[in-house]
Amino acid sequence: MSHLTRGPISIDVLVREVGGPERGGTCVFLGTVRDAPGDGGVTGIEYSAYDAMADAEFDRILAEATKRWPESRIALRHRLGLVETEEASIVIAAAAPHRAHAFDACRYVVEEVKKRLPIWKKELRADGSALWVDPHGRPAVVGPE
Amino acid sequence: MSMVRVRFFASYAELAGCETTAVDLPLPATVEDVVRRVREQLPGTRALPERPLTAVNLRHARLDAPVVDGDEVALLPPLAGG
Repeated sequence: MSHLTRGPISIDVLVREVGGPERGGTCVFLGTVRDAPGDGGVTGIEYSAYDAMADAEFDRILAEATKRWPESRIALRHRLGLVETEEASIVIAAAAPHRAHAFDACRYVVEEVKKRLPIWKKELRADGSALWVDPHGRPAVVGPE
Repeated sequence: MSMVRVRFFASYAELAGCETTAVDLPLPATVEDVVRRVREQLPGTRALPERPLTAVNLRHARLDAPVVDGDEVALLPPLAGG
């Protein structure tokens, strides 16, 4: 099953996927597209991916997390395509018998996603320009489109 | 000789002017050799960083990693998932 989707992400579905009577703590992380008024305003982000590698990398990260926290269950989705401001681009749900491991597993997955996932975003600005985002530096101007 | 498939994404695809290409290399060869050959074949890719992030067969790979016939090498712009 792919962890990538082009539609809105259902938090309820993910929470149900990881739930169970033996898991008393569930931690949900939402990453949402944020506006950047200081940079002219962001109306949305266009996400693209190296789909096959992204899914393989998601599977590897989830396998690592499950090995570290064997009693946890973790599910996630990442959106591709246009995601408008305030909508979720990623949702991670981690459930464990107790809250500490749920928080730890969720944190591990989101940090590894940031470091390893072959996913890119183009910021769509209010003035009609579009910029590829480099989290390690300034975005490069490539618009208007 | 080995034939390696090369893939470009996001801003790198715009620079390359395409999403895929193929390069022919004498063996043994490394990812770095693939990147060098790509720069020769596609002038737009000369604007890529000297040492871009790369992957081989869906896994992150170093520039000194070996490549063999049939491999898929990807040149990855700075990652921005999440």
